[in-house]
Amino acid sequence: MKTPPLAKDLKLCLCHGCGKTCDVSKPTHHCDRCGAPLHARKTDAIARCWAFLIAALVFYVPANLLPVMHTVMAGSGVDSTIAGGVLEFWESGAWDIALIIFIASIGVPAIKFLALGLLLITAQRKSNWARRQRSQLYRFVELIGYWSMLDVLVVALVASLVQMQELGTIEPRAGILFFGMVVVMTMLAAMSYDPRLIWEGEPETDKEDV
Amino acid sequence: MKSLTQSRQDRSSASTGELIICEYCDAVYRKSVLSRHQKAVCVRCAGVVDRHVALSVQQRLALSITAAVLLLFANLYPVMSINLQGVSNSATLFDSVMILSVGPITFIALVAALAIIIAPVCQVLLLIWVLSFAVAGRRSPGFAPCMLWLEALRPWSMLEVCLLGAMVAVIKLAGLLDVIPGIGLLALVLLSILIIAIAGRDVRDLWERL
Repeated sequence: MKTPPLAKDLKLCLCHGCGKTCDVSKPTHHCDRCGAPLHARKTDAIARCWAFLIAALVFYVPANLLPVMHTVMAGSGVDSTIAGGVLEFWESGAWDIALIIFIASIGVPAIKFLALGLLLITAQRKSNWARRQRSQLYRFVELIGYWSMLDVLVVALVASLVQMQELGTIEPRAGILFFGMVVVMTMLAAMSYDPRLIWEGEPETDKEDV
Repeated sequence: MKSLTQSRQDRSSASTGELIICEYCDAVYRKSVLSRHQKAVCVRCAGVVDRHVALSVQQRLALSITAAVLLLFANLYPVMSINLQGVSNSATLFDSVMILSVGPITFIALVAALAIIIAPVCQVLLLIWVLSFAVAGRRSPGFAPCMLWLEALRPWSMLEVCLLGAMVAVIKLAGLLDVIPGIGLLALVLLSILIIAIAGRDVRDLWERL
């Protein structure tokens, strides 16, 4: 299939602030419509994405090891981790809720690590492999990004509700901070990645004459 | 779906206003008129480059004002309340943010506040401001920064995640005590649908309308 002409070849540039097609045949650095800076590629996309991704991986360890919640019921206190919460639902027979929490808290971050890692490595090697599918993978990562915030919000809601002195209290614990940081870092990683890098180094022969 | 007419001609024959660039792969297309439910898809990376905007400016303003009223309900009334042996307790969105702010994990309270209170409130206020001028066919004062902020806030607004979180919290607690959904939860249901409809990518078309 012939590819359409590319912005670079037509001396055009997409403004990320407002989506305007800007003419960059004359030297300009800002969009004439919204004033946002123009970049042919996001600045240091690969390095920034790696940095955020590695930071997220580092936070991922305490997020899963440390307790996210401390429950005091009838005098005795119990710490619970994220995986523990999933197991608890699973064992009590609520497999559907267990599945939702498992997907949102463990599945989504793991998928994001793998997907962004794959996108970064293939972009660095200017790989010709499955460009279209990799582009779709990026959009998928963008889409699922914030759903991992689920656990943070569940803990916040549950803890704010169960504040009944001697009858029982639930407190958030440090794990939830690290978990939230994983979500924020992976979101920033996905935002700093430039999906146009996927298409770099495409064989010239496929291109349509401009 | 509608296939696009590729801009085969030399760029000089088309003004930049008639061209759209695929944000995922830099392919350039000539804009075509889309009818209801149609979207333009990039032939190279399968990303959506343009979609039909179904809501008029008046409709969007009306929905934004509705969203503002719902935001008041969602923030002033408890999302849910619990009852255990005659003792009851309720939690609003603000309560659940505040419970995270205790102790060394304060930072996550800031993230949660941004996700479920600050970002949605700012989005709705900015929309009302921009749209109330747009109804009169004018650009509001500070139009460009307002639009850029709407763009920047979108990924951090997580009301729909909060809604799912509230449902998980209900199920989590239902086994231990009585959980009563509050007015805040109902407002949250309506809001998460509304915000997707009014604060999505479609706001960009105001740049072209005004």
